[in-house]
Amino acid sequence: MAFVTTTDLIPLIPELILLGAAFVVLLLDLFAPGSQRTTLAVTTIVGFVIALVAEIQLLDSGATGFYGTIVADGFSILFESLYLVIGILTVLLSLHYLDDHGIGFGEYYVLLITAVVGMMFMTSSLELLVIFIGLEIMSISSYILVGIRRRVPESNEAALKYLLLGAFSTGFLLYGISLLYGATGSIRIPEIVVALQEPGALNNPLAIIGVALIIIAMGFKVAVVPFHMWTPDVYSGAPTPVTAFLSAAAKAAGFAMFVRVLLTGIPLEAELWKDLFWAIAVLTMTVGNVMALMQNSVKRMLAYSSVAHAGYIMVAVVVGTPAALSSVIFYSCAYAVMGTGAFGILTVRHFGKTPDSYDDLAGYARYKPCLAFLMSVFMLSLIGLPLTGGFIGKLQIFQAALEEGWVWLTVIGLLNSALSVYYYLRVVVCLYMREGSVPDGAVLEVAESPGFALTGLVGAASVVVYLGVFPQTLLELAASSVSTLF
Amino acid sequence: MTITNDYLPILILILVGIGLAGMFTIIGLVVGPKLRTREKAAPFESGFLGKGMEGYRYDVKFFMTALVFLVFDVEIVFLYPWTVQIRELGWFGFVASMVFISVLVIGLAYDWKKGALEWE
Amino acid sequence: MIVFFYLFALISLILALGVLVFKNPIHSALSLVGTFFCLAAIYVMLNAEFVAVIQVLVYAGAIMVLFLFVLMLLSTKDNDQYALKLNVSRGLAVAITGVLMIQVLTAFMDPTLRFGEPGAYPVERIQEIGSIALIGQLLFTEFVLPFEVISILLLVAVIGAVIIAKRRVP
Repeated sequence: MAFVTTTDLIPLIPELILLGAAFVVLLLDLFAPGSQRTTLAVTTIVGFVIALVAEIQLLDSGATGFYGTIVADGFSILFESLYLVIGILTVLLSLHYLDDHGIGFGEYYVLLITAVVGMMFMTSSLELLVIFIGLEIMSISSYILVGIRRRVPESNEAALKYLLLGAFSTGFLLYGISLLYGATGSIRIPEIVVALQEPGALNNPLAIIGVALIIIAMGFKVAVVPFHMWTPDVYSGAPTPVTAFLSAAAKAAGFAMFVRVLLTGIPLEAELWKDLFWAIAVLTMTVGNVMALMQNSVKRMLAYSSVAHAGYIMVAVVVGTPAALSSVIFYSCAYAVMGTGAFGILTVRHFGKTPDSYDDLAGYARYKPCLAFLMSVFMLSLIGLPLTGGFIGKLQIFQAALEEGWVWLTVIGLLNSALSVYYYLRVVVCLYMREGSVPDGAVLEVAESPGFALTGLVGAASVVVYLGVFPQTLLELAASSVSTLF
Repeated sequence: MTITNDYLPILILILVGIGLAGMFTIIGLVVGPKLRTREKAAPFESGFLGKGMEGYRYDVKFFMTALVFLVFDVEIVFLYPWTVQIRELGWFGFVASMVFISVLVIGLAYDWKKGALEWE
Repeated sequence: MIVFFYLFALISLILALGVLVFKNPIHSALSLVGTFFCLAAIYVMLNAEFVAVIQVLVYAGAIMVLFLFVLMLLSTKDNDQYALKLNVSRGLAVAITGVLMIQVLTAFMDPTLRFGEPGAYPVERIQEIGSIALIGQLLFTEFVLPFEVISILLLVAVIGAVIIAKRRVP
């Protein structure tokens, strides 16, 4: 029997580092109960940073392992680095939030790390079995993170809904994988692709149902209409840093899997599939934006807006050319950073409570000018105004769509962007134009701004602006990583 | 078919089990004397006095134990194939299984320290 | 052989229906145990003995214990709330599921249906080596990574169970 050797572990070094960090945090929390929360957070961040360094070392190494099922190609390294960056941001945003809300679990950080590890396995594997297990690690960690505020009914409701619908979608994924296995005789993506590229292979009912079920499952994970029902409740019930993490990293991981499994050669050019993706893209953009328009809670608005942004990315999925796929990567990165930033602002207390409705945002310009400015940057980027990452992202997507002659899709996308201006600007208006009255008895915390969170938010905003002004580096990385896929 | 031969005894065992249990129940129902007293009508509660089921809630610690049991039960399932092939897999199998087990030992240590194994 | 298959398939269908229609949730759970056993028997006939063992050990054993504990945790005073009632949304769900089922069934009856190449382990080979021994070999060679990664999944499950269900001493 040919066993694996230690060299097979090379492409997994970042994952192993993170797992080590998770064990250290877990054991620190267990055996040194007196240790400060800050210690745990810093240990977590150190783990993420070392893993990030390892990712960068792996770039261009072309390392593979475990019988070719684990790869460290440009695509996986780019996405894994994104998860790590979002992980760091989430930890920075969590520290004060956990204290404010009395979430006294060191396990919080452990679950955050395991969720990222799960995503990394999902992204770097070419075998559907490992992808599935990675997805499960990510999902189960996030179910617990969503429900970690056990005494809060909304948090319980969110966790339960997420668990039930998530388990349901996992079922679809497994059925899809097993049917594809039946149709092609393999669970490795390259072999499946070869088998399905044979003429007429995709007319096989087994393959059709298999692919359709996998599309449904991934639709759940990235929350595209009509599989988005869980998003608003889960996003608004979860602790806000977790919401930020889910909307950014989990969604990016979902799209990474979408690209890796379905768009690297399975011939989905037929009308049937294009029409399906087309309908999903249009519905997702429109429903997301219209529902976001009707919300009164900023957190729920951002939840629906994350649905809308998944719709923009779906436009690129419809187009499916290498240029479009690289715009999927760019937009996932840009949205991840600006989305995390926008949710991140909501973690900071204002007049003694975490802001929820638009009214709660009043008076920010006067009492928290720095946060008001950062939030405006994120909002402008979410709209897609020039000089922000959101602009370049949308430009890439719609350019790729126009090149392939998807005029109507582009028009619908642009109309949707125009619609979104209203509710994003409403946030900015509330921040700057409305005088906040200090509620009776509220402590005026003008000076208090949690240092960790501020660092993270400023970092996120600089990345957003950097991506808007100097997009070249990431664009080139995205383009070259797409070329490694085929 | 070998399968039929291998599993026929099990099938017979199940049928005999069902048959015996059913037979005893029926014999008991038909032959046994029926004396209905208050003590006999009360549900048997493992030696405790019955307090009635209305509003009785089961303690969550049973559930906790079952959850912990389930996880380690699944662990056993994954180690089962290793034991069948333990000679062929040699040291590699040993190391791989030890990695698997040590991750779960961390889980066990976690359960222990958090008091999930305690019966409060 | 095929007689046994139909026998177990029929029993498992009836028991699965029982899960839905029994008023007492405990009866539903026991009906589910029966379904699991029938499925285990079908797995045996498919030469998947290991899966059959797992089915009995994990599903009919551990998971059903968990189900029963949950049912006992929730007070079973009012059984009517669990009873099967039909309203508009449920009717719609039944209709959609029915359509899906018909679609899948017609797909499986389709003459263009093709299965992939038989893999390296056809039935004769499995019977020769033994299902569990074969899984042992594969689990430590080709599938050693999923095997190890599952330990992480189990660890997360342990942590989650404690966070969600453990009563904390103040």
